[in-house]
Amino acid sequence: MDIKTKITPQIVAEHGLSEEEYQIILDRLGREPNINELGIFSVMWSEHCSYKSSRRHLGKFLTKGDRVIQGPGENAGVIDIDDGDAIIFKMESHNHPSYIEPYQGAATGVGGIMRDVFTMGARPIALMNALRFGEPSHWKTKQLVNGVVAGIGGYGNCVGVPTVGGETNFHKGYNGNILVNAMCVGLADADNVFYSAAKGVGNPIFYVGSKTGRDGIHGATMASAEFDDDSEEKRPTVQVGDPFTEKLLIEACLELMATDAIIAIQDMGAAGLTSSSIEMADKGGVGISLNLDKVPQREENMTPYEMMLSESQERMLMVIKPGKEKLAYDIFEKWELDVALIGKTTDTGRLVLRHNRKKVCDIPIAPLADDAPNLDRPYEIPASLPVLNSDEVHETQDYDDALVRIISSPDIASKRWIWEQYDRHVMADTVDSSQSGGDAAIVRIHGKNKAVAISTDCTPRYVQADPYMGGKQCVAETWRNLTCVGADPIAITDCLNFGNPERPEIMGQFVGAIEGMNEACRAFDYPVVSGNVSLYNETNGVAIPPTPAVGGVGLIPDLEYFTTLKGAKEGDTLILIGETQGWLGSSIYLREILRREEGAPPPVNLETEKLNGDYVRKLIRNKRVNAVHDCSDGGLAIAACEMAFAGDIGMHLSRAIGCPTHAWLFGEDQARYLVAVEENSVNPVISTAQAKGVSAQIVGKVGGDRIKADGAFDVSLAGLREKHEGFLPELMS
Amino acid sequence: MKTAVITFPASNCNRDAAMALEKVTGEKPLMVWHRESELPEGVQFVVLPGGFSYGDYLRCGAMASRSPIVKDLVEKANKGLAVAGFCNGFQVLTESGLLPGALMRNKGLKFVCRPEKLKITNSNSRFTSKYGTTTDVTFPVAHHDGNYFADDETLNKLEKQGQVIFRYADNPNGSARDIAGICNEAGNVFGMMPHPERAIDPLHGGTDGLNLFKSIIESI
Repeated sequence: MDIKTKITPQIVAEHGLSEEEYQIILDRLGREPNINELGIFSVMWSEHCSYKSSRRHLGKFLTKGDRVIQGPGENAGVIDIDDGDAIIFKMESHNHPSYIEPYQGAATGVGGIMRDVFTMGARPIALMNALRFGEPSHWKTKQLVNGVVAGIGGYGNCVGVPTVGGETNFHKGYNGNILVNAMCVGLADADNVFYSAAKGVGNPIFYVGSKTGRDGIHGATMASAEFDDDSEEKRPTVQVGDPFTEKLLIEACLELMATDAIIAIQDMGAAGLTSSSIEMADKGGVGISLNLDKVPQREENMTPYEMMLSESQERMLMVIKPGKEKLAYDIFEKWELDVALIGKTTDTGRLVLRHNRKKVCDIPIAPLADDAPNLDRPYEIPASLPVLNSDEVHETQDYDDALVRIISSPDIASKRWIWEQYDRHVMADTVDSSQSGGDAAIVRIHGKNKAVAISTDCTPRYVQADPYMGGKQCVAETWRNLTCVGADPIAITDCLNFGNPERPEIMGQFVGAIEGMNEACRAFDYPVVSGNVSLYNETNGVAIPPTPAVGGVGLIPDLEYFTTLKGAKEGDTLILIGETQGWLGSSIYLREILRREEGAPPPVNLETEKLNGDYVRKLIRNKRVNAVHDCSDGGLAIAACEMAFAGDIGMHLSRAIGCPTHAWLFGEDQARYLVAVEENSVNPVISTAQAKGVSAQIVGKVGGDRIKADGAFDVSLAGLREKHEGFLPELMS
Repeated sequence: MKTAVITFPASNCNRDAAMALEKVTGEKPLMVWHRESELPEGVQFVVLPGGFSYGDYLRCGAMASRSPIVKDLVEKANKGLAVAGFCNGFQVLTESGLLPGALMRNKGLKFVCRPEKLKITNSNSRFTSKYGTTTDVTFPVAHHDGNYFADDETLNKLEKQGQVIFRYADNPNGSARDIAGICNEAGNVFGMMPHPERAIDPLHGGTDGLNLFKSIIESI
């Protein structure tokens, strides 16, 4: 593609632009665009960069709060965690590339999300991930799991940021489109956060990091279309990562940020040099002029089109204060990174590119951002599936067998095979991680006695059954998980993975889920501060289950007061906080034992959630509980097993109260926490709960080496653990 | 006491190592950049930290072992300077010839990160003297290339001379004779794949690693 390429309707269509969109370009330019300009409009207006289907709905989210320093719209969200410390975090998808090339797709997903965070001045301190694969028996699943996990580990381990937690689901709905969502949490000085607005005219623009190659050209456009049988041919659009360079880039950027040299900084992520330069200029209300001959290039004879659309990794663009150029050169040279002065800010409001002394692009910047399509796609929010009563759900005749089947089922089984490939301890501040199978990871703020808690959650089967309720549940579950370790939940990031928005039912799932999520955010005062939307996750017209993954962050103000699920001790009493009705619709029991996927998901009552959660947090702060675990997938029985595994001690659950045994043990009612309490705390815990209107009942005892439930199962802890640990190694062997 | 941590491009346990040294000596160690040609005056103990020096390109530790600072380190270690290398640091020590053997890809071919139980096989060394009668410790491992290899003659010699300091209780990487950590003949250079510097804090990996640092510091 060079400047002489004639713009035909076919070329316009190949760039994913509609006729109307092309007409807007003609109107704004008053002439035909050349191929470079067309390419730039095409990526900037792609779904991936412009959020054209989702923007109007994302605007509904609660995004402000007492602790919010920066909400959505920057590279990542920023929250205040006191003492001059800020936490910067975001979650992002790398679904399409990871399906095509799992190792590099996942690795560059991790690299990209880290850059979003350190671009803003934070040192990355934790990585999380939310993964969804196809059914285990599908021919591609094993290869994808292998590649994705190796890619996440390969990148994060080398950069030296601990991967502390996450979640992994398997379902046939992801056979043709896996989901790889990566989250990064960083720590910065609250008064030294960096933004992307390029202010001032005549300021130098520096390019730093890796050289630009021909990889990843049109990656953003690929992520804005669905797959078909020839998707493998899209491999050249997948980027290749180099964690070594990323590590150097982090250190160099943080070193430069400690000086007073940077006006604005933006990483080159999706749509590379194009989106980074346009976003910086647009936010700063300036123009930008670049000399592409100065761009460090990995390959020969690259055209402006290729340079502007390349998604080569580990690159940054920054506007430097005049006079500080030498400082910048010195630091980047110390870290042996490419650094080049490639242009300057201007007062023209235009993006002007020169190559071989010729002007190869001259377009106004405002239309690229302001005129980006903002579609009001038709949607129909699907009604919830009908409620399934527990008498419509058969009781198992063999509880021992049912428990073993559930504990070794793909979603519930141990993910040790995955997280043992991730360095969880580097940086020496990991207080708790996937290693204990807990509700939230805990990462200490370096040198201080406080910590952040992090959790990623989504229950796609609930969202599929009822997008609105399922959306609420995703947010509520992260809030609950942060509560379980004693943290004050502060804010969330999200990664909204859906199918093709051009279909009203998919758009309806999207809108419904957002409404549910937003309601929960408002009830908990738990704003969305960053996020990402990934649409077109479908193949040959079949969409993934709607998967709005949520990453929650909370603060443990004093590490003297926190809990995990590990601390249950011999003789402790098990108390269940929250009411049990025995909800089996869309439950794991229904799916794994009866092979049925139906029924409304458990209702989420936000008031009860808040009441119960606040009470549990208070118990933790008052040191009333030895262990806490939320009841989620698989209900009370699975919560008890997980607490038993983590503490390496048996559990004995007492007889069902008020509902059939299978509904009592495996029902997935929300707003519930299983807590292990020492004998002398039992009465105070129950009586205070009553006084506050919180449901609390004794449901069993801790001790021995068996997992028992009266009238149901009785199995050895060691035997059950073997089943729990067995699934993944067996699949991957 | 003056101690130092050498930082290569993409070292990533330099902070972990610095924290351990500060905790035990009460003084922040000097952080020495790989391009320096000489260790600072008066340094008495040097740690080569874990990480992926030079991206682990070529072979783990190979490029770092040729860096200007390591040349000086080798000279001084041969004259008795106390040196410890953990994880990537151990790889640098074998690549530089300060310790015998080599570290190959893990037998299971995967990166492995977990708390690992170790047996102290020589509690009289300069790196283990403070463990007293303790025979078992748990340090985290986190590596892809920790499979220790040396020929039989070398292994026999290491064992005979008491140079095998730690062995794995449950070998995670296929290391010959379960070897997790060794020292040189003179006893002043020590390397191990597990991370004692990540076991100095009850909130993070336990405190089993503290005595290793106390042992060497006290011996100087």
